[in-house]
Amino acid sequence: MTIGIEIRDVSFAYTDGMALRNIKLSVTAGEMVGLLGPNGSGKTTLIKLASGILRPNHGEILLGGTSLRSMSRKNIARSVAVVPQQFDIPFAFTTTDVVMLGRFPFIKTLSAESTEDKNIVSETMDLVRLSQFGERRFDELSGGERQKVILAMALAQQPKLLLLDEPTLHLDISHQIEILELVRRLNTTQKLTVVAAMHDLNLAALYFDRLILLKEGRIVADGTPSQVLTEGTISEVFATTVKVEVHPSTGAPHIVVMPRKNS
Amino acid sequence: MPIKPKNGKRLLWVSLLLGGVLVFSVFIASAIGSVNISLPDIFHMVLNKFALFHFPTTWRAVDETIIFQIRLPRVIGAALVGAALATAGVLFQGLLRNPLADPYITGTSAGAALGATIAMILPLNLAFLGFGLVPVAAFIGALVTVILVYNMARVGGRTPVVSMLLAGFVVSALLTAVITFLMSIGDRLGLNLRSVFSFLMGHISVTNWSQLAVVAPLVIGGIIAARFFAFHLNAFSMGEESASYLGIDVEKDKIFILALGSLLTAAAVSISGLVGFVGLVMPHAVRLILGPDHRLLIPASALAGAIFIVIADLLARTILAPGEIPVGIITALIGAPFFLYLLRRSRREYTF
Repeated sequence: MTIGIEIRDVSFAYTDGMALRNIKLSVTAGEMVGLLGPNGSGKTTLIKLASGILRPNHGEILLGGTSLRSMSRKNIARSVAVVPQQFDIPFAFTTTDVVMLGRFPFIKTLSAESTEDKNIVSETMDLVRLSQFGERRFDELSGGERQKVILAMALAQQPKLLLLDEPTLHLDISHQIEILELVRRLNTTQKLTVVAAMHDLNLAALYFDRLILLKEGRIVADGTPSQVLTEGTISEVFATTVKVEVHPSTGAPHIVVMPRKNS
Repeated sequence: MPIKPKNGKRLLWVSLLLGGVLVFSVFIASAIGSVNISLPDIFHMVLNKFALFHFPTTWRAVDETIIFQIRLPRVIGAALVGAALATAGVLFQGLLRNPLADPYITGTSAGAALGATIAMILPLNLAFLGFGLVPVAAFIGALVTVILVYNMARVGGRTPVVSMLLAGFVVSALLTAVITFLMSIGDRLGLNLRSVFSFLMGHISVTNWSQLAVVAPLVIGGIIAARFFAFHLNAFSMGEESASYLGIDVEKDKIFILALGSLLTAAAVSISGLVGFVGLVMPHAVRLILGPDHRLLIPASALAGAIFIVIADLLARTILAPGEIPVGIITALIGAPFFLYLLRRSRREYTF
């Protein structure tokens, strides 16, 4: 149960300016791809386009060979789940209530959740290690716990493609690792296709097979971590001087930031 | 970890309990008034209306006239008003994700009041399906205002929630100014200020069954339709972006829910004027007891709202009998302290 996505010559502009220019990108089923780039380089826009909530001005996006334009929202939600960058829930829902919302695209109007839905929710909560939080209120959880709940909600959709928008932002290192390990495990064991916008270059290098570097709405590098994360590309794209070393146990590139001289 | 099978059975029990209390309060409210009529008599009268029962007539003919021609239409009208406003409150609070939203937030109240005021000025005496000009004008005024507010808030094919709230607020302020102006020159226009005042404060004015025959299907149909959107509203509580990731067509749903809430409000306003607080407080009260799941919240709030207005209207017409207090004053006097109690009781920062 996995699906690929193909972005064909896509351009997109917000009302106040160009966001993405002529993006060509093919992610095959079962890949785990990280999107990198400075703030405003188009990572979030690309995630939103891939999820179908933004429509490209030019070009086309194919999900498993079918154009997103021809699919209803519910249809897309049955194969694509998104963990957005921001969410808040002003109502006093419990953790289980929130994860159950992931079953929304599968539950018929007026039907209650089936035993199957409940089983999926409870398995997902076990998987994300949230079982002990089932009856806790979502708004009383810590940031890291909330992020896990949202991830569990997305996984309860049983997606074939998982899109994550900076899933480790604002989390402590242990929650960051926990979330990335889990996503990585689902990618290896279930061949879940993953596309994630990442802000931490070192974590991206550790957990992703393929990285795509964006700058001002264009793809400037696409390849394995060691192909993409070079001193040259990073200093050009992020305007920061770095040294690229080698991770002592995995061999992945490890970026060391060099402070600016006058600071 | 097994998940508790809570919703199906809870919905049944809550509906039965509240439904029972509603029927009981309808009978109590029918029994009390300038002439008190005993509960068993009312019970027998009502059952005799169904051809299956033939209880001996132990009551005066005038009692039967009072029950069927005066009290029951009014009490049932009160129940419909409460159910409609509480449901509209749930819809607007859920859609707008705003705890202060009430049925009137989209400008329906000001629109209805202006419609009613203009109808009171016009020297016309029309009747339509058992309604006078005032309720019809109030109904139309409410709906026209919502359509206006919705279009004002619409930018580039989307209707952001914040724009809706602001447009509703500003349009209300504008229409209220017009109403106040009309009232200030009321004597030149032949406007009866007492009638306007009675409309603004809320007053259940159902005088015949044919009014109910129009309002009841609107309200009951509206509540049933609202129940179809219950799980959607749960998804909406995550915000519009997340709701669309979950498979909701956000703009389409928004129009449906808005139209439904406005229709329910307009139906209520046409027979009661502006009854405050029930649409704001009832959803909060029910949420604090039963939780925020709209699948339970919508039917429970509708029933609780109905009970609340039936009792409030009973108080309104009996406390200073033979005079009547506007029912909106009773709902505010009970609703405001109750809301404060709920607020204080939760002891933590208020999430609703």
